[in-house]
Amino acid sequence: MSHDTAHGGDRSVAEKIDAATGQTIRSHEWDGITELNTPLPRWWINIFYATIIWSIGYWIVYPSWPLVSDYARGVIGYSSREDVSADLDAIKAFRAKQATGLEKASLEDIARTPDLRRVALAAGRAAFGDNCAPCHGAGGAGALGYPNINDDDWLWGGSLDAIHQTLTNGIRAAGNDKTRIGLMSAFGRDGVLKTDEVRAVANHLRTLAKLAPEKNYDQAKGAKIFADNCASCHGPQGNGSLEFGAPNLSDGIWLFGSNLADIIETVTNGRQGVMPAWGGRLDPVIIKALSVYVQSLGGGK
Amino acid sequence: MSVTGADDDGPLYASSKKVYPQKVTGPFRRMKWMILIFALGVYYLLPFVRWNRGPNLPDQAVLADLPNRRFYFFFIELWPQEVYYFTGLLVIAALALFLMNSIAGRIWCGYLCPQTVWTDLFLAVERFFEGDRRERIKRDEAPLNMDTIRRKVGKHAVWLLIAWWTGGAWVLYFADAPTLVRDLATFKAPAAAYLWIAILTFTTYTLAGIMREQVCIYMCPWPRIQAALTDDDALNVTYRYDRGEPRMSVKEAARAKSASQPAGDCVDCHQCVAVCPTGIDIRDGAQLSCIQCSLCIDACDNVMTKIGRPKGLIVYDTDGNVQRRIAGETPVYKPIRARTLIYAAIISIVGGAMLYQLATRSTAAISVLHERNPLFVRLTDGSVRNAYTIRVSNKRPENRSFAITVQGVPGAVLTVPEAAPTADYRAVVTVPPDTTREVRAFVTVPRDVPMQKSQSIVITASDLFAGEVVNASDHFMGP
Repeated sequence: MSHDTAHGGDRSVAEKIDAATGQTIRSHEWDGITELNTPLPRWWINIFYATIIWSIGYWIVYPSWPLVSDYARGVIGYSSREDVSADLDAIKAFRAKQATGLEKASLEDIARTPDLRRVALAAGRAAFGDNCAPCHGAGGAGALGYPNINDDDWLWGGSLDAIHQTLTNGIRAAGNDKTRIGLMSAFGRDGVLKTDEVRAVANHLRTLAKLAPEKNYDQAKGAKIFADNCASCHGPQGNGSLEFGAPNLSDGIWLFGSNLADIIETVTNGRQGVMPAWGGRLDPVIIKALSVYVQSLGGGK
Repeated sequence: MSVTGADDDGPLYASSKKVYPQKVTGPFRRMKWMILIFALGVYYLLPFVRWNRGPNLPDQAVLADLPNRRFYFFFIELWPQEVYYFTGLLVIAALALFLMNSIAGRIWCGYLCPQTVWTDLFLAVERFFEGDRRERIKRDEAPLNMDTIRRKVGKHAVWLLIAWWTGGAWVLYFADAPTLVRDLATFKAPAAAYLWIAILTFTTYTLAGIMREQVCIYMCPWPRIQAALTDDDALNVTYRYDRGEPRMSVKEAARAKSASQPAGDCVDCHQCVAVCPTGIDIRDGAQLSCIQCSLCIDACDNVMTKIGRPKGLIVYDTDGNVQRRIAGETPVYKPIRARTLIYAAIISIVGGAMLYQLATRSTAAISVLHERNPLFVRLTDGSVRNAYTIRVSNKRPENRSFAITVQGVPGAVLTVPEAAPTADYRAVVTVPPDTTREVRAFVTVPRDVPMQKSQSIVITASDLFAGEVVNASDHFMGP
């Protein structure tokens, strides 16, 4: 390509004209292939130079070169980091405004008013994902020992106030004197019931929920043990009690499993599920939002 | 490989030669003026046209409401999810270009392109201040004097004014025009408005005032695509060399004729070159730089009329026909042929589909999202329940109430806890004007209904008053 370098002076070579286009032909040639002389417009290259000059202006105005311990900050002191913090501040201010809306309104008003409800559901969903999902699942589906929040079975009540109370003070939460406490005794371990008695009552419990019991189990014994030991909290029909957080034993919903072995384990060793108290850990406004969100999952009761 | 070459081929860059298009009159020029007045009139005035849409919606006929994500065009209101209409418009626009091209060449470039329209306007201003071609050339060659400076300042001032007005009209399509005009005048308009006006002032002034034909020749991709779209039957602005050659003056022609020698009609007066806005010679044949504005036809026809020869030395024709005339055959014109019919057919199909879609489109919409965690729950009474997030869109400017119901599973009941049931319906959702409302809905199937893992359901929103019904399909999951 060194032949192609133009360096002025002698123009003695006659200009060749391309017959088809009437344009002049540049004098270089590769194996008979020649090139039409179509110079770029001058302004084209001038715009290219202008962009170079523009870029110098950029260096001066905006942060550019890395230096040894710092960087060239530019004369207007622009910083993308500051843009981010300004955006974050704006979001904080926006949320603060929404928070005061939630703070002032009662739980019922929040659930009823579309604007407040929308904010509460959004905030509640985020807070649920951060704090509740590890036990209850991302959508509140629950797991063995962790209640499903989407159904209509509420251990301690599904009203907004009941949910708010549960969230604030937890269940069997250590060090909280307002926490919800219900005691399911370890009937077997503590020696109240013998092994065969536990088995009998466990079979009886399965019949309450319309599940098949073992053949030949002692029906009369099971029913009597239930009436003597369980009915005080779970009710004579096993319908449960919101007051003690005693589960309804007659529905199809089993927090700790419905197999005979699961039920025997429950009766033998008791169940003491714990939910932390979120009052003091979460912002009161967030707990309000969570209450509305949690109720929306199952529709409340 | 053999490489040969000389040392000096001249510069790689060439300064552009200034073009001084001469004023011309004639039917094509008149038509171009009319298109210019119509196009610019629509562009500058359309934002001020009002269109009553009721109390809750803007009353501007054409408005791109970006903050609220709505596009209004007279009776049409588009939501962001309906942006496919613009895809249809783009398909039609592309095919319309193809169709124009296969019928009569670069109609777009010569008459309709904004670059052409604004350049025409800017040239008119230039002529008003600096005179016609000869005067301008003379003025530019002569040393600067006060008169020239005054005229040039006047020209650039009016150019900037037009350019500024162009940018000003542009921003009016994005906000309520009368309000924005007032805000702009009192410096209360948003910074973005001023910035866009500044950008469009700059581009209009530069492209229509300074760059002009350079845009068409070097910057625009369209002339390059052009070559692939033209064919033997497409009319183009054509110099009829069968009639024009050999060129000679009227006197020489008379002499040649009397000596029974061939004499062309072209008197080589260069009027076609003088009026050309891109500074080319149409007699060199079809070329990339020719935008086919037809002004050379007007110029040549004027000369032909003056010297008493028939018009149409430069004319819309095909090169094939010129060849045919030379061979003594009859010219062939085929505006209706496979290519044009196919383009027209596709335009009709796409346009028809869009019109049908527009005429039958509903002013409501529903979308349903099944809750995935958990897929279903069993309730205390043994029934199975699925949860859904339902979005109901109301595209009308008034409150509307929709009854939400479910079909597909026997015994299934749909409830929306946050919407109170009415005497007739279990779930009635009221959606405010021109918005979308999202609700959580439950579909419950009683215990005694046989369950499958997944069953198809249809969720329906029916407008209680207008009777409009929209559906969405989803699934009901069971154990």
